[in-house]
Order: sequence, then C-alpha cells, then structure tokens
Amino acid sequence: MFKSNPQWDNAPFEGEVKIPSGCAVSAIIDRGGRPMTGEKVIRSIATMHDRSNGLGGGFAGYGIYPDYKEYYAFHLFYNDFQAKKETEDFLLRHFEIVYSSEMKTRKVKSIVNEPLIYRYFLSPLSKRLANSLLDEERYVVKCVNAINAGIDGAFVFSSGKNMGIFKGVGYPEDIGKFYLLDEEYEGYAWTAHGRYPTNTPGWWGGAHPFGLLDYSIVHNGEISSYDANRRYIEMYGYKCTLQTDTEVITYVIDYLIRVKKLTLQEVAKVISASFWSTIEEKSEEDRREETFLRKAFPSLLITGPFSIIFGFNGGIMALNDRLKLRSMVCAEKGDLAFISSEECGIRVIEPELDKIFSPAGGQPVIYTLKEGRV
Amino acid sequence: MNIYIPPEYEVVRDGSRCIECRVCERQCANEVHKYDGDLKMMISDSTKCVNCHRCVCLCPTHALKIVKSEDTYRQNSNWGAQTMNEVYRQANSGGVLLSSMGNPNDYPVYFNKILVNASQVTNPSIDPLREPMETQVFLGKKEVEIKRDISGRIVDTLSPQLSLKMPVMFSAMSYGSISYNAHEALARAAEELGIYYNTGEGGLHKDFYKYGKNTIVQVASGRFGVHAQYLEAAAAIEIKMGQGAKPGIGGHLPGMKISDDVSRTRMIPKGVDAISPAPHHDIYSIEDLRQLIYTLKEATDYKKPIIVKVAAVHNVAAIASGIARSGADIIAIDGFRGGSGATPTRIRDNVGIPIELALAQVDERLRQEGIRENVSIVVAGSIHSSADVVKAIALGADACYIGTAALLALGCHLCRSCHTGKCNWGIATQRPDLVKRLNPDIGYKRLVNLLTAWNHEIQEMMGGMGINSIEALRSNRLMLRGVGLNETELRILGIHHAGESM
Amino acid sequence: MKRIYVKENRCLGCRLCEWECMYANSGLDAMFKLKGKQGEILPRIRVEDNPEDIHFAVNCRHCKQAICVKSCIAGALSKTDEGMVVIDKNKCVGCFTCVLVCPYGAIMPAADGKAAQKCMLCTDNDRGEPNCVKYCPNGAIVFEEGDL
Repeated sequence: MFKSNPQWDNAPFEGEVKIPSGCAVSAIIDRGGRPMTGEKVIRSIATMHDRSNGLGGGFAGYGIYPDYKEYYAFHLFYNDFQAKKETEDFLLRHFEIVYSSEMKTRKVKSIVNEPLIYRYFLSPLSKRLANSLLDEERYVVKCVNAINAGIDGAFVFSSGKNMGIFKGVGYPEDIGKFYLLDEEYEGYAWTAHGRYPTNTPGWWGGAHPFGLLDYSIVHNGEISSYDANRRYIEMYGYKCTLQTDTEVITYVIDYLIRVKKLTLQEVAKVISASFWSTIEEKSEEDRREETFLRKAFPSLLITGPFSIIFGFNGGIMALNDRLKLRSMVCAEKGDLAFISSEECGIRVIEPELDKIFSPAGGQPVIYTLKEGRV
Repeated sequence: MNIYIPPEYEVVRDGSRCIECRVCERQCANEVHKYDGDLKMMISDSTKCVNCHRCVCLCPTHALKIVKSEDTYRQNSNWGAQTMNEVYRQANSGGVLLSSMGNPNDYPVYFNKILVNASQVTNPSIDPLREPMETQVFLGKKEVEIKRDISGRIVDTLSPQLSLKMPVMFSAMSYGSISYNAHEALARAAEELGIYYNTGEGGLHKDFYKYGKNTIVQVASGRFGVHAQYLEAAAAIEIKMGQGAKPGIGGHLPGMKISDDVSRTRMIPKGVDAISPAPHHDIYSIEDLRQLIYTLKEATDYKKPIIVKVAAVHNVAAIASGIARSGADIIAIDGFRGGSGATPTRIRDNVGIPIELALAQVDERLRQEGIRENVSIVVAGSIHSSADVVKAIALGADACYIGTAALLALGCHLCRSCHTGKCNWGIATQRPDLVKRLNPDIGYKRLVNLLTAWNHEIQEMMGGMGINSIEALRSNRLMLRGVGLNETELRILGIHHAGESM
Repeated sequence: MKRIYVKENRCLGCRLCEWECMYANSGLDAMFKLKGKQGEILPRIRVEDNPEDIHFAVNCRHCKQAICVKSCIAGALSKTDEGMVVIDKNKCVGCFTCVLVCPYGAIMPAADGKAAQKCMLCTDNDRGEPNCVKYCPNGAIVFEEGDL
C-alpha cells in the first residue's frame, strides 16, 4: 500500500525486509513555550538536502493542537475509501470522534502518489476502556496496532495528544510544504527527518518520524543490535512490524519510561551505556547505578551508529551511540535550543548562538519546557 | 570362542628413522611398543593401540605414524566394520559397550552451516585493536523490579550474578574422571581468565578450595562430595539433571579410577565403581526440582546463582520453560555431541538432539512466554571454536561451556578411551605415573592461551558486525544465515537462508 | 648464572633429554642419523630412576666449589668467569679423577675413552641453548637463574 512509484511494484514493502538508511535529523524547541510554525525546522532540514535522497521525509510538531489537547490526534493514511470506511467503523466502536477532517495539503510538484490522509481527534469510549482492563494509553496503543495490523490499506502514523507527525515520500522540505507546516501549524517544538534509504519501495508509512502516542523518534543510523533489541522488546507486548531501527528504539524507550519508570538520564545509560572501563572510573554511586542498569537490561543496549532525537510532550532529547558514530550538534540561543545532524542546519536559522557543542557518545542532551509552560 | 578382532589402526614405524631410543615404549601405557633384544629393533603390537598419538608426538625422529588399517572385511555399506566388531565384542563379553568423549558419528554440525554477517558501507565495522570491544557477561536472572531509595537513586535488587570476562566457561569434568593435574590446570586458568570451571560430580579436592571464587560446584544424582563447605566454597551451584553424552542415565566412574584421593574427595569407597543414579531420586518432577533449588539457596543464604543442567532432548524447550519458572538462575543445556569420561556407546551415539536446535528452540520458547530474562542460558556439547561461540550467542545463548576443546588444549588427542583409565596424556587417568605427564604449569597456560585467542577472535567477529558489546549480539539472529539448510531447519533455528536480505 | 634445574615431580623418565643431548653434541644434521651410533656418542645428561616411579635427569651442577676442577691434574677443567665448569678436551689426559670425585656422577668418560666429557650448557655446540631443556615434553628441565 501507498507505494509512491509504480516502478517499484515488485520491490518488497517496508516491514517485509529490513532497509538500512542514512539520514539527516534536526529539531528546535522554545523552552519558553512560545509557538512557532514549522518554517524554521523546514529550513534547517532543507540545508542538509544532500543527507536525504528524496525517499522519505517527515516532521513532528509539539503543542500544535491546543484546542484539542485533551484528545488523541490520529493521523491516518488510507489506500482507498474502503479502508477509510472500515477504519472509521472501528474508530466509532472504540472512541468518541470529537472532530475529524481530511488533512489539509497543498500540491507540490515532487510529491506524487500520495495516499488519502485523514485526521481524527479521539477520546476512548469509557465503557469500552473499562471493559478492556487496560490503562488508557495501552488501550489507545492496542487500537493503533489493531488498525495497522488488521485493516488492509490503513495506517495510523500519529496518535499522541497535542502533537502530530507529518511524513511521506519525498525530500523533507517538500513534505513540509505539502502539509503546510510553514503556515498551518504552530508548536513549541519541532523535529524533522530526511531519509537516505539504500533501497526502498517508497512507502509513506515507512517515512520517519516513528510515533507511539506522544513519543516520536527521528533517527540517523543503522543499529547493529537490532534483532537483539527486537527480540527482547517483543517479549513485553510490542510487535515490530516495520522492521525499522526507529520503531524498535521507540518501543525500547517507551518500555523503559512507561513500564520500568526510568528517567531519561537512566534510559540513556541503558541504551547507550558507558563502556565497563569508563564505568570503573566513575564515582561509587554512579558506578553502582550504571552497573546495575547494564546488568539488568543487557538486551536493550543499542550498538552501531545512531543519532536520535526523541520527542515527547514537554521536551526533546538528543542521544548518540556510545562511540558517536554519527554526527550531531546541539546549540542554544536564549530560550531556543537546537539539535541537528550538522552545524549548518542550526546556523541557517540562527547564525548567532549563545552556545554550540557536540555531545559526546552516550551523553544525553535533554531540553524541556520551563516550569509551568505548555 | 574369543574371536580375534583386527585392529582398526596400525602402528607404522619407519625403520630407517628409528634410533631405538625407546621413548615410545616408555610413554605407552597400553604397552604397544617394545624393544626386542634378539632382533635389536623396536616392535609394535597394533592390537593394543588406541591411537592416542602420544608416541607419534614424542618420537624425536618422527619415525612413527598411526594409519587406518587396510585390513578389511568384505565391503558392505550396510554392515560396517565398526558395527561388526561391536557385535563380536558383545558376543564375547555379554556387556554393554562403553565409550568416552562425544558422539563421533556423521550427524550434521549445524554450526558449520551457519554464516555470520559483517558491516559494509551503511554501518561501520569497529576495530577491536583501536576501540573498546566488550565481551564481559553476567549470568543470572535479569528480570527485576526497579526500586528506589529516598533520594530517588535506583537500588540494586538483582539476584546474584556470575561475572565472566568472556562468554566461555570450562564445563563439568569431575575429579576422578580427569586427573588432579587437569583440575589444577582448569582452576588456575579459570582464575587467570576471570571465568569459571566446574567440578562435575566428583567433589572438590581440598587443595582447590582456594579457587572457589572461580568454581562452580555440581550437585548430581549421586551427591558425591556434596557437603556444606563444598557448597559454601563455590561461586555457583549446578544441579546436574542430565548430560549430553548420556541423557537419561547417571554417571559411571570405573573403580580403577577411584584412588585414595578420589575416594576421599567423593566420600565413597576406594576401588569400587561409583555409579550415580539415572534420575535424582528426590526429583521425579518439576516441583521437586524447585525444592532442591530452594534447598540449595537456603543452604547458601541466597548468595549464589543456581544452575540447572539438562541434556538436549526432544522436549527441551518445555523443560527449560519449567526450569525458568522454578527459581533457577541459569539453565545449562548440553547437546548430544557433549563429552563424557565413560558412557554406554549406544546412548552416546543415539540419544539427544543437536545443541544448535535445542538452543534456538529454548530461547524462542522462553521469549514467547516472556520469561527469557528469568534465566541465563549456557550451552555445551561441541563448541569447537570462537566462531561457534559467536553463533551460539547470536542464536540466544548467554555463554558457552567448553569441555573437549579444553581437554584438547591440555593434550588430549580424542582417542576416546578415557574409560580405560590409562590416558597417556595424563588427563583422564588417576595412575600417578600418567597424571604426572600433564604439567599443570604448562596446561593452565595453554588453556589461557586458547581462550585468550578465542576472545580476540570473538572481538574481531563482533567488530565486523559493528557490535561493540557482547550483549548486543545475544539473540541477534539477523546476524546469522543458514547455508544448505531446509525450511524446517531454518524455521527451528529462526534464521534466514544465506542470500535472503534482512 | 643460569643453570639447568630438573623438577623431579615433572620428570617422566622418558629419556628424550639423553637423546637430544647426544644429538646436539653429535654434529649430525638430522636426529635419525644417530641410528646405529649408540656407543659412539654418549649423553651428558642421565635420567636416574627408582622403582617407586621417581625419575630425575642429572647433569653438571656447575658447583661453586667444584671439586672436579680442584682434582684435575692436567688443568683441563676450569671455571669460567660466569661460573660454568668447562673441560678442554685437548688438555684432558683421561685420568678420570674427575669422574671419580664428582658427587653427582655428572662427568663421564667420552665414548672414545680418551677424555672426560660433561655438560657445558650447549655452549660447545651449535645449539646456543640447552637442547635437553628445549625438548623436554613436560617442562621438567628448566634453564634459569638461581643458586645451587
């Protein structure tokens, strides 16, 4: 479904094969909570044009739906109206649909073969939710999985509250324009992704960011620990259907934060753990904590090159692999904070910076809204 | 009628090279070689030769070789010479055929049909000579509830863990089946390598208590040598339910190998065959196993991981699942190729399943049930090389046990005659003059060399895959591809065929 | 100085050292050429055995107070600066007093019966290092610094 180019009709779908890819990532947050359009982040990712090859681009915006911030915002791709009807029947059985509309898009020359794109603001039906014996978030995730796995030609690609993912096949700057991110939406934080897959059927659902409720991940890299991570996380109710690194990293972070209640700092020490030799040199307290985390979650260590930007309601986190095999730069200017694959992606939108640095491998950089802002 | 069975192998001496130094004569415990004063030359009796190669290795002029005999029965693809000889031997003795070491027959070796991946272009390989490359592993239950102190720091609530500098240990070989010097070499090597060796069911000699930190003690069905101090001395306790070379039966140490020292260590009479029962007579089901596990934990104050070792049999996945739920910290699985100091030939050659398949199924089953992190998995049963270690870990093991490879490092030439107690290499014997032939100063160094070399190779292969920590290799089956395997085999192993991409 | 020491608990009594000694001092280029030369050349190291399965290879201890040197009537035996006891075959008159006085039996008449012979740590042949040490299969013969 959603193959962007008929010439690839014989190529396998994302999820049927594992596709290594290189990428560009970028993010911007106003820690004062002031809203901005997607224009800046589009300019940032566009500067790193050569890091993408036109086979995938996408964005996540936080704080973009203030009027509906109590509701889960579902973004859906449909192959056809049959899929749409089936999905809406499903949604009606499980949610109250507060508002729905076709996604507003503009025609961009390079964006072709786009699927039907719809948006829904949802609230779980309370009786259904109670009967499911799940907490609300698990209930929503289960419904997302049910649609993605069970309804042919339908794909939920965004499901968080007061945030939205926008993605597709094309260069990211074109995707940004296609979704009118530069004028239609305003949020306090944006992340962006330009993809350079080594081969691809060009599937819209396979573009990044990957989202799970309000969590979104953009990622540049190819992790060598993929199957070890996947086989671990699948024990705990996750199903890695897309076979992408981004998907498994999202699930790993979700598991550690939501289920194991670890802090973001602790999550970084699990997935991008220090080497034992480095841990040996740390203070006794740190040594005890990091040794424990590595011993308790050995299968969630992620190896191989990655630079990720993890977006969540209230902030963003940048994290590199432990050897720093992918470039990533962070910068600050007043309340604004930036993360980008390359420095040029920051300088192009803010030439004068208070501070710019390249975080070390495994060192998380976390930018969150100041107290009381959302 | 004591029928003559022609020897399978012949000693061939090159008379023009032999200087009659008689080293071969002095070194053969089987008395194959003899200097004939009348003929003024060395003569050999091939019928006594077990082909251990001691004489070949020590002959200073390389005048000796052992060759497969050309003497042959009438060619028969159905009734081979070995099969016929076994019938003759049994017709003669009326006894069960005994063998040693692992199953030598022509069954598939799945490790040899699995290939490993490497990084190209999209993902950098890592050079272990220039970057850290971690092969340290911890064995034990990982499943843990996160608890915090008042200040919010995480509290270490993990069950006791074994810490290994590399994912290989020496598997259970008892004092009795192998010699004092062999045990000393294993213990010292384990200490230097930062790994563990295993006492087997032979108890722990008083001289070796000092290696306790690197010792796994075994509690087997015969309970030989088990007492409070023995349990206390060890780093971990292994309950031996089964052994790959002889699933379903107990141990058998021939009386001639039970010397004074062995008798004292095992707490059994001298010179009498030591036969451990087939089952543990206090374990007839899984709930009984749980009781023994907790008995041992109580006895050692919950400070030591408990290993349960089973032979790889058809139903191993379900058995492992039961063990993982019964309080064990580590499951050791021994494949049908696993070695033994003495075992009935028919059992060794016909019972059990390959470790590769057993491992793949156990790992998968425990994952399906969400209990893989309850236990670590250690596999044994013919780990031939560092490549096998890498493949085993990628299939889902946490670490490997090596037995035969360690004995080879000590000089064993796989003549498979351990049960005779006349090991010419000083390994599987208790005869003082033979034991002396294994100098533990040399032996331990060779074991250290072997595993140091393996560790380098493991690091090289990991680096090639772009993995710099062994935990990211564990269960990473996408790193493996099968060659020449059929659909069923691939499904059981949970890997793709070579040529199929990710 | 570095001396040859033998570890009794490691010596197997295989006697390879005797043959390696003969070979090292034979001038032959292949060991098997010793064939048929028994009696023409004698080892300077001897393995002593007893019935209790104790074996011990014996060769010159290079004593500090070397009684053999004192007893030599021809000045053929002497000590080097390092302390090694050496014999000059050309000066030896074959009186074998040294053979009689050596408490270890480590000096013996050479095969030709005309002069005595003893271990000179393979410094008098082309080996450079003691051949018996190099080829002992059990590490029972070592060449190391130590006091007597």
